Amino acid sequence: MEMLSVALPKGRLGEKVYSLFEKAGYDCPSIKEVNRKLIFENPEKGVRFFWVKPSDVAIYVERGAADIGVAGKDILLEYRPDVYELLDLRTGKCRMAVAAKSGFKDDTRKTLRVATKFSNIALSYYSSKGRDIDIIHLNGSIELAPILGLSDVIVDIVETGATLKENDLTVVEEIVPISARFIANKSSFKFKGKVIEELVCALRSFTEEKL
Amino acid sequence: MRVEDILTAEELVSLKLRSLYSQNGYAQYKMSKFEEYDLYAANKDFLESERIITFTDTTGKLMALKPDVTLSIIKNTELKTGEIKKVYYNENVYRVPKNSPAFKEITQTGLECIGDISQSSVAEVIRLAVLSLAEISENSVLDISHFGLIDETLKTASLSGQAFKQTLKALYEKNAYEIGNICASDGVSAKDCERISALAKVYGSPKDVLPELKNIFGENESVKELEVLVKALEMSCDTKNINIDFSVPGNIKYYNGIVFKGYIKGIPNYVLSGGQYDKLMERLKKNVKAIGFAVYLDAIELLERAAGGEDLWKC
Repeated sequence: MEMLSVALPKGRLGEKVYSLFEKAGYDCPSIKEVNRKLIFENPEKGVRFFWVKPSDVAIYVERGAADIGVAGKDILLEYRPDVYELLDLRTGKCRMAVAAKSGFKDDTRKTLRVATKFSNIALSYYSSKGRDIDIIHLNGSIELAPILGLSDVIVDIVETGATLKENDLTVVEEIVPISARFIANKSSFKFKGKVIEELVCALRSFTEEKL
Repeated sequence: MRVEDILTAEELVSLKLRSLYSQNGYAQYKMSKFEEYDLYAANKDFLESERIITFTDTTGKLMALKPDVTLSIIKNTELKTGEIKKVYYNENVYRVPKNSPAFKEITQTGLECIGDISQSSVAEVIRLAVLSLAEISENSVLDISHFGLIDETLKTASLSGQAFKQTLKALYEKNAYEIGNICASDGVSAKDCERISALAKVYGSPKDVLPELKNIFGENESVKELEVLVKALEMSCDTKNINIDFSVPGNIKYYNGIVFKGYIKGIPNYVLSGGQYDKLMERLKKNVKAIGFAVYLDAIELLERAAGGEDLWKC
């Protein structure tokens, strides 16, 4: 049987997603063993899983190292990989938003300083509004930027809003809702399309329960 | 020593393709490495990447290292009514591949059929595309789409400018649920939304897909064209590796009618890309039709690596 390679995002989201695969009948018990293995296979089910950094899933899939994968919509919007996006898994739900210090008012006479990990999303959002911005690309602790005066606002993922609240920040605009998406390499889809479609179909029945 | 032992896989395929095209009546078209920059500046979104290597020549003209071959061939084509020009090329182009930070030299072999072309000329070009893929590997797929059907379906739905673009993007990603969301927020009727979503969902062998298309779109010129094309192909080549798939991407401003992409098992991206570009011809004030395709030979290296990759998994 030809194996289907699956790239899953490391962390909580990946674990949730794996349990969806498991429920859908594509389980791989060795993934739960505590060891240093990087790749987990279940030849009977024809699946091979590996964990990668969430922001790298799309690269593995686009370049064909994985046939399919699960990536957040934020990653897909930011990196725009050339892949098929076949299903909204309706898990890992959050939103991409603009946040600022409480009481912030946008002074439209000035360039808006935007700190973010998602430069492309921020650029296309503000360019659609015709607003002049200065992007400050950061790799983490984005919430610090407006507090220290490094930026006026941040563009980041907001899940519960608790971190923002604790730091006296507030959401000022919502850009787009985010959730985990099932993606496939375009070429793999041509040659393993039937297996991929069966998997999408099985997963869909579980994601629709979430409606 | 045999030629096969000296040439690389890429060179061998290039040789076979050139021989295939010349046996089928295509003449080789050799062009200069450079072209005036203006040609590309006026048609930037036809190019796969907008970034171009430019330099000033000895007369002070701004020149470019060719990022594309088709535009140069069209520019130098003058045809009288009823004439057809059939050319093939084997050239290096210079562009920045998607999601890559640097320029790359890409070897491209392809052909163009320009002039008073008919449905049988389109079928002949598709047949040569199928044979080109077969020269690279027996595990290949040629996806065929019809931009006329996509354009008409999206226009009937009266999608707003932004929603039109977003829907096309979602269609190229086979993202049916996103199409549903866009249609809902743009006030598209349920029937039109269903038709657009069907374009994202329907794919497969012509014998399965054509009846479905007839069910959804009824008497439709584009569907008829696809049907005629498939019939012509069935008579001239093996169609088992041909699929109808409306997620074949392309710029709808330039391409019309039949558009296609070819894939090889083990290579993650398409290796062959082509279509009818009558709209581009109109834009360049050439009053003739045209169809062509390019084969990206550098991808063959990935095929050799992919074969090695399978062995790695087995270790």
